[in-house]
Amino acid sequence: MKTTLTLGFVELISQPWHWSVSGAAIALVIFLLTWMGRSFGVSMTFKDTCGLFGAEKINDFFKVDWPNETWRMVFVFGGLAGGVIAGLYLRSPEAVAISQSTINHLSDWGLSYPEGDSKGLGFIPTAFFNFSSVKGIILALLGGFLVGFGSRYADGCTSGHGITGLAHLQLPSLVTVIGFFIGGLVMTHLLMPLIFG
Amino acid sequence: MKNIAFFAVGIFFGITMTKSEAISWFRIHEMFRLESFHMFGIIGTAVVLGAIILQIMKRTKMKTWNGTVVGYNPLPFNLARHLISGTIFGLGWALVGCCPGPMYVLVGHGYWIVLVVIAGAILGTFSYGLVKHKLPH
Repeated sequence: MKTTLTLGFVELISQPWHWSVSGAAIALVIFLLTWMGRSFGVSMTFKDTCGLFGAEKINDFFKVDWPNETWRMVFVFGGLAGGVIAGLYLRSPEAVAISQSTINHLSDWGLSYPEGDSKGLGFIPTAFFNFSSVKGIILALLGGFLVGFGSRYADGCTSGHGITGLAHLQLPSLVTVIGFFIGGLVMTHLLMPLIFG
Repeated sequence: MKNIAFFAVGIFFGITMTKSEAISWFRIHEMFRLESFHMFGIIGTAVVLGAIILQIMKRTKMKTWNGTVVGYNPLPFNLARHLISGTIFGLGWALVGCCPGPMYVLVGHGYWIVLVVIAGAILGTFSYGLVKHKLPH
């Protein structure tokens, strides 16, 4: 307890946050964006980018309501900047502490942890997803494709449906989140053993 | 001016995603293996607190800084659409271990391979726009 009390503010928030603190921080983001007249959601930025690349000439679906979408692009660039700041100044003293059973299971796939991450942060298994691995690049592209396709078809992602939609007590969001878990469980337990194993 | 505020909230979001470890592929993998409560605790807390906050904002008819009241445009309910779209998303989420918000944050951490994931997501969104009229909605 004594060491905790004597820690400085930066050292304190550099520790990995307890899930309840993290959840409360996300709730604060919901409050702020709602108070600022917007609804928390990230995946629409992919459609906005399609519009920026000129897709609106192909199909009206890609027409971007610019003055009303600008905030979202600014917000995600803020998120990127937050990543830079957290990476430079708020690094955790140790890598992400996942459970021992997950570590054991990953070693069966040849992914040693946290060495699975070239930066030792435990954020991405760069031993698998890296630019020298054609398989890794293709799967990164494919996974991204599924996320982009699915979130637009659903009209929202983890933030829009999983957090905001559920917090607004929306039935479509609940069904979408159930879908997230069906897909996630199928990928993790049935498909990934074929890809990684 | 307002954009500075959105950028600031974005920074807070990026830091939160990092320190919560929600940007970790390993955390997402562990979540889908049901081997830790961590991610469920984060999402659960955010949803419960978020729901309470939104209910209070709606019931007190709190004004946003645009002078409007808090509302939500509900989507029409279509079971097939939401189950199929959610499942497609989940397949990708579990594979790359990050959803859209964390993708941007991970680029900020210098994981350049995530730019490939984002390129894939833009391509996926584009493809959806092309075949949208053929899918159940």
